[in-house]
This record gives sequence, C-alpha cells and structure tokens, in this order.
Amino acid sequence: MLCGTEIVMSVSSEKIRIFLKLFASLRLERFDAANREYDPGTSVAGVIRIEGLPEKEVTLMLVNGKHVECDHTLADGDTLSLFPPLGGG
Amino acid sequence: MKKLIDALKHHAEGDLLPLEAARIIAEESDLTIAGIEDTALCSGILPARYARNRNTISIDEQRMLFQSRVAVVGCGGLGGYIIEELARIGVGHITVVDPDTFEEHNLNRQLFSKIDTLGQPKVAVAAGRIKEVNPAVTIVPVQDVFAGTNGRGLIGKVDVVADALDSIPRRLELAEVCEKCDIPLVHGSVGGWYGQVTTQFPGEYTLQKIYSRYGGERGIEKDLGNLSFVVPLIASIEVSEIVKILLGVGSTLSGKMLSLNLLDMEFTEITF
Repeated sequence: MLCGTEIVMSVSSEKIRIFLKLFASLRLERFDAANREYDPGTSVAGVIRIEGLPEKEVTLMLVNGKHVECDHTLADGDTLSLFPPLGGG
Repeated sequence: MKKLIDALKHHAEGDLLPLEAARIIAEESDLTIAGIEDTALCSGILPARYARNRNTISIDEQRMLFQSRVAVVGCGGLGGYIIEELARIGVGHITVVDPDTFEEHNLNRQLFSKIDTLGQPKVAVAAGRIKEVNPAVTIVPVQDVFAGTNGRGLIGKVDVVADALDSIPRRLELAEVCEKCDIPLVHGSVGGWYGQVTTQFPGEYTLQKIYSRYGGERGIEKDLGNLSFVVPLIASIEVSEIVKILLGVGSTLSGKMLSLNLLDMEFTEITF
C-alpha cells in the first residue's frame, strides 16, 4: 500500500531546486550557500539528513526568510536557511 | 519642592546641572543625588552628564529614561556592557541578577572583570562600578540563580528585562516569566564570531521558536567560546532596543531576529 508521500513522488519525477544557505558555524568545513536538487516532497528535516548536517546543531530553519518547523515541505525555488543554536552571554 | 527648584535654578549653568552643584544641594538638604536629578529633569534642567545626549534624547525623554526600571539577568559578558550602557544613557533603576563570582577566564570579555575583582561577586562589582559612573542610578544587585520558580521575585516590577544569560534552558524560563508578568524581553546571545538579538513582547513567543528544537544547556559557544568584540556589539544592540521600548520610538526587532556573522560580515534579519 502506497503512503501519501510515495504517491506524490510517483507522479512527479522532476527534482525541486533549493538554494541552501548555511549560517554561522554550520559553514565551517562545509559551504556558505549552494544550489541543490531534491525529490519533490522533501522536508527541511529531509535536507538536514541528506546533507549530513548534525541534527542537534540545526535549531533554526527559515524558508524564504521566514521561520518554519522541520517538517515543512519544500517547494521548487525555495531558499532554505539553517542556523545553529547560540547560547552564550 | 519649591526650595529645591529654586536651588536647582540658582546652581544650574543655563539649563545644565553640573554634578558638583547636585552634590552641594545634597549636602545642604537630606536629598539624594537621584532625587535631586529627578526633580531637575521634571523642571526642564538637564544633569550635565547627559549634555551629549540632548540633541538625540530630549530632556523629557531623559526624564522618561531616568524614571524607568530595567532588570538585567546575567552579569557576565553581555550583562556587563548592558548595565554600563544603561547607566550611562541614564536609565534610573537597574536590577542585576547573577549568582557568580569573577573568574580568570572572564577577563577576555567581561567589562567588570579585572585582576583585582577576581573572586568577587559579579553583581557587587557591577554596583560599585555604576556608583562611580553615574551616582544618580539606583542599582539593585541580586546574587542569586535566576529560575522560573523565583524569577518573578528576583526581577521585580520593571519596564523591560534584558537577557544576558549563558544558559538556554534559563533563557526559556526567563521568557516564560516575562510572558506571565507581561514584560517585554530583549534577548541577546553570542558564540564565536556570531551573535543574535531579538525583542519579544508578551504573546510573541519568539525565544520559544528560536530554541524549540534544542534541548541542550549551551549552544555553539560551548566549542567556540566568546570573543571580546562580539559581546559589546550584541549588548549595544540590546540596549538600543531597550531604549526604544522605554521611549516608545523607532522600530524594534519585535517578531524578528537579527543574526550577525562578523567572520563573513553578514547581518541577516529573520522573520517569525
């Protein structure tokens, strides 16, 4: 039995293009920003997993400059920005 | 009151009141410097220490600042600069909460830490420093751990709270206390080359959103530490937010967060 996500993915094989921006220490030994392609239906959490980013170090996520939760589904052309936690005083 | 106003007018130089004149009036009466300067500001006479404020902050606004109350929770890196700047701009009542004493690793960035203040309570050192800088300011040092259970009592009745803590769970407790007490909260935090600031009015829950995915005590500063030039920059932005809230002027970071990356010199505004 197919779940909803599998149905969506089966009717659209085209990738979605996402501009991925990393902030603060997430950039270190990685990259500042990059154009990426993912399967349709990919969530913010999916990108974090696919890119091999440390899940605990990504605490703030924005899509097109606006705060979202990690289950937010990305759309073609979105800009995804990821931030680590800052706690020092 | 009329006698005091007459004395103020007698001693004032134009519409400026030199500190020495306030001291003479204090010696001749049983009034404090704070009381004398409050009456001066209410009478259109500006304490001379604020002379360089006056083209940006009017005498009436200076009076509003002097009659304002701010709590600074945390008296380390951010807190030290926030307290200093609030006192110098003329906020009249500052409550400072911190349980710690100065340690050697504070010397790289904490304004009130010096070789000869190592081992001393941070809030007591802050109170002594502020008396030297602006004796009209009432500073209330509270050497205690801020927590959700005692927070309301520690900060008291204030107009704005400044977050200068170094613990994410404590920050969230502070946000909760401010929400319950209906007090605006100005948040700042730092780590390595990076910093962030936001202003949270009751009902906005911005801090809860910022840290919603994080369950740890500390952030990236655990590995990166904190640098001397990042701390006062973030503290200064926090103070600018506080002053705008107290005066009801300008635009704040309400509903937004400013993220600063000094390594790549990128300032990014986030909308919640």
